[in-house]
Amino acid sequence: MSLTNEIIQQKLTEKFGEQLSHWEQTYGMLTFIAEKDINVKVLQFLFDDEELKFRFLTDLQAVHYPDNKGAELAVVYHLHNLVDNVRIRFKVFTDIAKPDVFTATSLYASANFMERETYDFYGINFVGHPNLIRILNVDEMDYFPLRKEFPLEDQTRVDKDDDMFGR
Amino acid sequence: MMICLGGRNFSQRNKGNQVHNDTLCFLVNLASLCETKNMTSEHILLPEGSLEKQTTTLNLGPTHPATHGVFQNILEMDGERIMKATSTVGYIHRAFEKIAERRALYQITPLTDRLNYCSSPINNMGWHITCEKLLAVQTPKRVDYLRIIIMELARISDHLICSSIMGVDTGAFTGFLYVMQYREMIYEIYEEVCGSRLTTNMGRIGGFERNFTNKAFQKLEQFLAEYPKTLKEFENLLTRNRIFMERTIGCGPISAERALNYGFTGPNLRAAGVDYDIRVHTPYSSYEDFDFKVPVGTTGDSYDRFLVRNQEMWQSIEIIKQAYQKVQGFKGAESEVYHADVPAYYLPEKKDVYTKMEALIYHFKIIMGETEMPVGEVYSSVEGGNGELGFYLISDGGRTPYRLHFRRPSFIYYQAYPEMIKDSMLSDAIITMSSLNLIAGELDA
Repeated sequence: MSLTNEIIQQKLTEKFGEQLSHWEQTYGMLTFIAEKDINVKVLQFLFDDEELKFRFLTDLQAVHYPDNKGAELAVVYHLHNLVDNVRIRFKVFTDIAKPDVFTATSLYASANFMERETYDFYGINFVGHPNLIRILNVDEMDYFPLRKEFPLEDQTRVDKDDDMFGR
Repeated sequence: MMICLGGRNFSQRNKGNQVHNDTLCFLVNLASLCETKNMTSEHILLPEGSLEKQTTTLNLGPTHPATHGVFQNILEMDGERIMKATSTVGYIHRAFEKIAERRALYQITPLTDRLNYCSSPINNMGWHITCEKLLAVQTPKRVDYLRIIIMELARISDHLICSSIMGVDTGAFTGFLYVMQYREMIYEIYEEVCGSRLTTNMGRIGGFERNFTNKAFQKLEQFLAEYPKTLKEFENLLTRNRIFMERTIGCGPISAERALNYGFTGPNLRAAGVDYDIRVHTPYSSYEDFDFKVPVGTTGDSYDRFLVRNQEMWQSIEIIKQAYQKVQGFKGAESEVYHADVPAYYLPEKKDVYTKMEALIYHFKIIMGETEMPVGEVYSSVEGGNGELGFYLISDGGRTPYRLHFRRPSFIYYQAYPEMIKDSMLSDAIITMSSLNLIAGELDA
C-alpha cells in the first residue's frame, strides 16, 4: 500500500492548512475535522488529486452532541480510495440553530439519498441539494427524531431506578 | 359512470320514477349538475393541464406482487415506456438507529437480522466483528472459519433467491422451485447452529453460543454434496435460455463509472466491471486464508448481475469446502474452541452461572446491559449479500452506543433505479428491480 495516512495528512495540510484540525487515527482510519464552509472543497480536492483519488463516498451521516454548544451537529463523511484501498473519515460541525452545510450531490450521486436521510433524522439543511425532503419518515413529521432531546424511553417513568439499572 | 352523478338529484329522481334506466339517469343528472354549478360549457371540466399531458401516471407498488417487497415507484409512462420514475421509500422504517442507542451490544444483533433478512447471519457476524474491533477482541481461527461457513451459506441463500426470482419474473418458475429446496437445507443448518431460521440472531461477541453439533456438519456435508448438482441444473435452465437472455441482456445497464458514483457495491458493482470485494480488499474473519475468485461482469446489465451472482455461489461453495476442511483440521483441545475469551461480553455457560460466583456476576452484568464500553469510533464493514454492509459505531464510554449507523447497501444503490429504468419498458423495470436484489428491510432500516 503506497498511500499512507501520513501522506494524506501532509497533502491536505499543504492545501488547507489550519482549516483542518483534530487529526487522529482511530482503529487505523485517518480522521479529521474540517471547517464547515470548506466541506465540498475538501471532497473535491480529495476526488481530483491524482495521488489521493478518494472517489467513492462510502457513507454520510450525522451525529448530535447536545453539550457541544455552537457546534452541536456533526456531519461525518467516510471516503474510500478504491485503488490503494485506503479509507478516511472527516467531520464538519455545525450550529443546531442554523444547520446549513453544503451538499455533496454535485460530486456524488450517492449523496442524494444519504443527505435526505441525514436531513430527515437530524434536520441538517444541505444547501444546494436538489430534492431535500424527508425520506424514511412521514412527510408530516415536524421534528428530527434522532436528535438526543428525544429519548427512546418515556422519561416520566418512576418505577425504574436508572442509577442502578439504567443505561 | 355513476361517480359524476350528484347524489341529491339522483335519489330525488329515482323516488319519482323507479323505471329510469342508468343511462337516462346519467344524462339527466349531468344536465342538472351543469345547471347547479352555472357551467356554460357542455363538457366536463378536467383538471388544469391534463389535456396537454402526454404521459400516464402509474403507481408501481407499494404492494405490487412483482416488486417483491414494499417498494413504490411513481412512473410517468408514455405508452409502455417509462419517461420518469420517482421512488418512495420508508414504508417499513423501524427506527433501528434510534432503538440501538438504548440497547446493550448483544441486544442490537436482533436488529441487524431485520436489515437484509435473506442473509441475516452475515449481518449478525458483521455486527459482532464491529464490536470485536471496538473491544479489541481477537477471535480464534476456528471461530473465524466457522463464521465463514455460515456467512457463505448465507450468501448462497441470498443469491439463490435473487437469481431464481429473476427467473420467475421472466416467466420461468421451475428454477426457483429447484433451488428453494436448498435454501430450506441452509435454514436447517442455521437451525442446528443457533435454533432459528430466518431472523437468526446467531452468535455472540467473540464467537458462537455453542459448538457446531455433528448433525450440523452432517447437514453441511449433505448440502455440499447435493447443491452443486442443482445449481448446475438451475444454470442449465436459464443461463443460455434464449427467452431469458433476450429479456435480461441490455436490461437496466449501468456503467462502472456511474455505478461507483452511485455508491454501488457488491455483486451489482462487480457486474459493472469493478472488482471490489471487501473479502479481498479488507479481509475480515480470516478471509485472507482462502483461495477464491472474484467474478466480474462487463456491461452491468441484469444478465451480468445474474451471471455474477451465480458465479459467486460457486465461489462460496469452494470457500465453504476449504473452511470445512480447515475446521476438520483442528485437533485436540483446539477442535472444541468456539468462542474467544471475553468474559465481560460473552455469556458464561449456564451450569457455571449456577455454581460460580464470577460467572453469575458476568451473567447478570451482561443481561442487564451493565458493561461499560471503551470510548471509540469504529467503522467496520463486511461483504453482505448485496454489497458493503457497514457499521459506524460511536461509543462515549457508556453502556450503549452513542450513535450507530448502518451503511445499508441497497438504500444507497436504490437511488440509481430511476436512472436505470428511464426509457425502458415497464416489464424491463420489473426485471431490473429484481436483479438489483433490493431488500425492503434493508432499504428502510
